[in-house]
Amino acid sequence: MSNVRVAGTGLTPFGNTPERTSRDLFAEATVAAFEDSGVPREDVDALFYGNFMGELSEHQGHQGPLMAEAAGIQVPATRYEAACASSGAAIRDAVVRLRNGETDVVVVGGAERMTNLGTAGATEALAIAADDLWEVRAGMTFPGAYALMAKAYFEEFGGEHEDLAHIAVKNHENALTNEKAQYQSAIEVEDVLEAPQVSSPLGLYDSCPISDGAAAVVLTSEAYAEKRDLEAPVAITGTGQGGDRMALHDRDHLARSPAAREAGEEAYADAGVSATDVDLAEVHDCFTIAEVLALEALDIEQVGEGISAARDDRTTADGETPVNLSGGLKAKGHPVGATGVSQIAEVTKLLAGDHPNSTHVPDATTGVAHNAGGTVASATVHVLEEVAQP
Amino acid sequence: MSDAKDDVQDAGFDDWLDAAEDGEAYYFECPDGHGSLPPRRVCPECGATDLEQQPVPETGEIATFTVTHVPTPAFEDDAPYATAIADFGPVRITGQVVGIDPETVGNGLEVEIDVTVSETTDERVVSFRPT
Repeated sequence: MSNVRVAGTGLTPFGNTPERTSRDLFAEATVAAFEDSGVPREDVDALFYGNFMGELSEHQGHQGPLMAEAAGIQVPATRYEAACASSGAAIRDAVVRLRNGETDVVVVGGAERMTNLGTAGATEALAIAADDLWEVRAGMTFPGAYALMAKAYFEEFGGEHEDLAHIAVKNHENALTNEKAQYQSAIEVEDVLEAPQVSSPLGLYDSCPISDGAAAVVLTSEAYAEKRDLEAPVAITGTGQGGDRMALHDRDHLARSPAAREAGEEAYADAGVSATDVDLAEVHDCFTIAEVLALEALDIEQVGEGISAARDDRTTADGETPVNLSGGLKAKGHPVGATGVSQIAEVTKLLAGDHPNSTHVPDATTGVAHNAGGTVASATVHVLEEVAQP
Repeated sequence: MSDAKDDVQDAGFDDWLDAAEDGEAYYFECPDGHGSLPPRRVCPECGATDLEQQPVPETGEIATFTVTHVPTPAFEDDAPYATAIADFGPVRITGQVVGIDPETVGNGLEVEIDVTVSETTDERVVSFRPT
């Protein structure tokens, strides 16, 4: 099967820009992606666009055509919504479309405007990714849902808040060199432990920030990349998606994410790799406990052992398998609809040697991107590999 | 004048709250014994369509819980409050733990279903009360 090449990537800064519209954010990301790719806009056949809360934050539905217009491409455009996995799902469908030969060039991206809602408004908007009748109306928030998982994890496997704090410290450390990151500041374990509680045991520094931002990538077929002699040394070689029951209380197990396991197994098999081949990972650490569950679902850590991975330096920048060298959602920021594509952009740059943190992984050839929606009722996993260019 | 129907109920869910207020909470059971909550026509585990209404066991056990300090606007006057997932045999349910200091809630606590009212919105809330 022919591979899909990442021809160009573009990210806006992630952060607190409440006045900026998502169409403006997305335009900036696509301008950067086109410049990076060397692909002319007229060669693009379709836009796959991820966004979660546009109706609530901007009173805007039907965003596909709006975003194609913002990007300056006259193409069919569809918005993907899978909560925080929206643009991961967009990537997956774009990869499938390119592989089956229907098209040679697509743009995949996502954007989210959130900070204009304020903290309470954004908390309410994020909560709609949960079951409205049976979770939200009982007062469950998203930090609350992940706190329920953290408590269940501690109960079954052990561990404590201090273990989780090391994950936040690691991801802030990784973001120090990421000029697009929302937080470019180091924190200490004590900062995490002493921060105000959001939903016990999780505090402010266990939680990703509320962010505005956009991400875009230009994906092409291998044939197009070679014909055009593009500098596109990274391919998406594996794609997988998993699903699960909507409400956390309906999961078979409250401290595991089988949808992510399903997505990971499918992506590894698709790429012909195994977890031991993975040199680096960008995973969906919306809360510190989420990084633990992601690494266990991806078999990068054994079930019950992921809690100690950051503390024991297995996933730090110079560890065995560096995780979230971008800073992750925790420090880079989490403009929900942009996150899945931003992970693809970060892994691409890390493997290509174009990332400030590539110095930590000079020999890396294989990376994974894990994007999760809700309490992981939706998950996508993609495997990216550096390819030998002629 | 707006003709928005703010007082429209959610069939199935509000009926369940009515029943729970009368101490008659129920779930749906498929022939294979999978439990699920309404509104429900099809078993989400196996696709069976012949679902039977069964009473939820009188007591359940808290499986995991959290104390929420940063709520959604619909619960701003209620915070801090304890949210829990409780096992009631064939079904698990998410609810607020009431009638106890939130900081003393623990896993394994035996509870019964109650329906309380949000201090913020006066809307009904699925709750758990220690037995």
